[in-house]
Amino acid sequence: MEEIEEKTNSEEIDYSKFQDINIDNILYSTIIPKKNQERKPYKAIDPREIYVFIPGTILKIFVKKKDKVKKGEKLITFQAMKMDNVLLAPMDGVIENVFVKEGENVNKSQILIKIK
Amino acid sequence: MSVKQKTIDLRKRMQEALQGGGSKAIEKQKATGKLTARERIVTLLDPNSFFEYDLFVEHSGKDFDMDKKYLPGDGVLTGTGTINGHPICIYAQDFTVAGGSLGYMHAKKITKIMDHAMKLKVPIIGINDSGGARIQEGVNSLAGYGEIFYRNTLASGVIPQISVILGPCAGGAVYSPALTDFVFVVDKISKMFITGPEVIKTVLGEEISMEELGGARVQAELTGNAHFFALSEDECFDQIKKLVSFIPWNNTKKAEAFPKKSPKTKSYKIDSVFPTNPQLPYDVRSIIKAISDDSDFLEIHERWAANIVVGFARLNGQSVGFVANQPLVLAGVLDVDSSDKAARFIRYCNAFNIPLVTLVDLPGYLPGIDQEHAGVIRHGAKILYAYSEATVPKITVILRKAYGGGYIAMCSNHLRADFVFAWPTAEIAVMGPEGAANIIFRSEILAAENPEEMRKKKIAEYKKKFANPYVAAAYGYVDAVIDPSETRHFLIHALDISKDKQEARPYKKHGIPPF
Repeated sequence: MEEIEEKTNSEEIDYSKFQDINIDNILYSTIIPKKNQERKPYKAIDPREIYVFIPGTILKIFVKKKDKVKKGEKLITFQAMKMDNVLLAPMDGVIENVFVKEGENVNKSQILIKIK
Repeated sequence: MSVKQKTIDLRKRMQEALQGGGSKAIEKQKATGKLTARERIVTLLDPNSFFEYDLFVEHSGKDFDMDKKYLPGDGVLTGTGTINGHPICIYAQDFTVAGGSLGYMHAKKITKIMDHAMKLKVPIIGINDSGGARIQEGVNSLAGYGEIFYRNTLASGVIPQISVILGPCAGGAVYSPALTDFVFVVDKISKMFITGPEVIKTVLGEEISMEELGGARVQAELTGNAHFFALSEDECFDQIKKLVSFIPWNNTKKAEAFPKKSPKTKSYKIDSVFPTNPQLPYDVRSIIKAISDDSDFLEIHERWAANIVVGFARLNGQSVGFVANQPLVLAGVLDVDSSDKAARFIRYCNAFNIPLVTLVDLPGYLPGIDQEHAGVIRHGAKILYAYSEATVPKITVILRKAYGGGYIAMCSNHLRADFVFAWPTAEIAVMGPEGAANIIFRSEILAAENPEEMRKKKIAEYKKKFANPYVAAAYGYVDAVIDPSETRHFLIHALDISKDKQEARPYKKHGIPPF
């Protein structure tokens, strides 16, 4: 955060550039740091969407659209950090869609598989 | 050869070693705005006070043609000297010699001076400026780092340890500063990270520059790894000199007493700092300066978690640690980062016999999903742990709001503060009037003809009855309600009679703080 200029006298403080923050139903006028202003709104994680936990390269895809899967079944292996990593099905279901192909480089925000 | 000839031979050998990496390498170092290792030591220490050791140590590398290379001092300077008359041990890595890389003997020099500091019971200052492990020396470089980290840990809380990052400090190397008490960084010169931009690009495909990844500003503002930020190496050395004056040489001593001085009452008047509207903020640092000697306050972690203020000042010549909520930022709430910042500082003061003065004005903890998921429970608990554990004199002054968990956490009577003073403007309550009225008078508000008016009435009632220091004072949770202009007076007396304070703690190897 940028250095906050020191104000010795409360009359010197320019309250117009402050924002309000609500704590327990009371609004306080204050400086809100960039980090807090830029926070992304909360988005619940959908366990039916499969993502990599670290960017890597898809090695082998074991399922295709409309396949029935059981919890714990192997879905995809991908290479990252010199290891062959495995992604397993988090629940029983049917594969709704597979969005990637073998050999593709993927990052953490790319959805790989959607389970119905 | 006569004594004279042998002395001349000695000077010749010294000359060669003092060259470091040679004039070309030195030029390159200066071109990036950096001083050489020797210049840094000479600037930081008192004039003519530096005594260098192990200048003639040579590296022990055998593979990759290393035995054909001469590396003066093996890339690091070590020695002893004084800063403002205080004795210290110091080492400075020399980037001009093999990139300051750490080999077996380089590490041995450092661990030797660290062992000295532990034995002699004086602070150790490490100037980091290194490319990292010397790959040619293989696992011996790793061994070197391991020995350094172990000693950092053993020395922690025994002697002050200061790290100055004046160049790259990457990979394993950066764990040494992380284990020390205070880390100093300089804008555009310091670089700290575990994995660098190249590795990140190769493994993750994400692109970022060294500066954006782990430059001085990032460490001082975002991560909290750096405690002090300077725009130039000279400014950095001034900060170090100032810090050293506030802390003792080792954990069996108290910090040096300075001549007593009054605060600069012309610039800082306690009465004019407070706004009349309790929902408006003020800069708590002005209050600290209005009560401390010469209004001299050395802030630590200034740019990180600014919603709490920590730092050193003096009261009647005695060094004290201040912890104060900062209403100017985020309304002075406690959150993950500010809890970490305060807890660490409290434990530092406790380890080194520095009394703690806490100024309280907070509406509570920062609400939010990201705070909860980031573990504000675990982190917030650190402050409670640190204050309860501390046996140095603890004096609290409640300035304004002290609601709920925040009231307890900020060194309340219940965490065994020795003295709790409150200003007449203090509001010590389980929650703010608005929140409380909604819960306690819920049925009356709902049943009323005009709920909104009833709500306002009940809020005013609650405010009158509870938003003051007298309810807490009635139970003895506040020792005295004082006139703000008498704060310094009360603090000085409280510190005076706490001089020989002794407090027992149950025997244990150590506690389990919520790391």
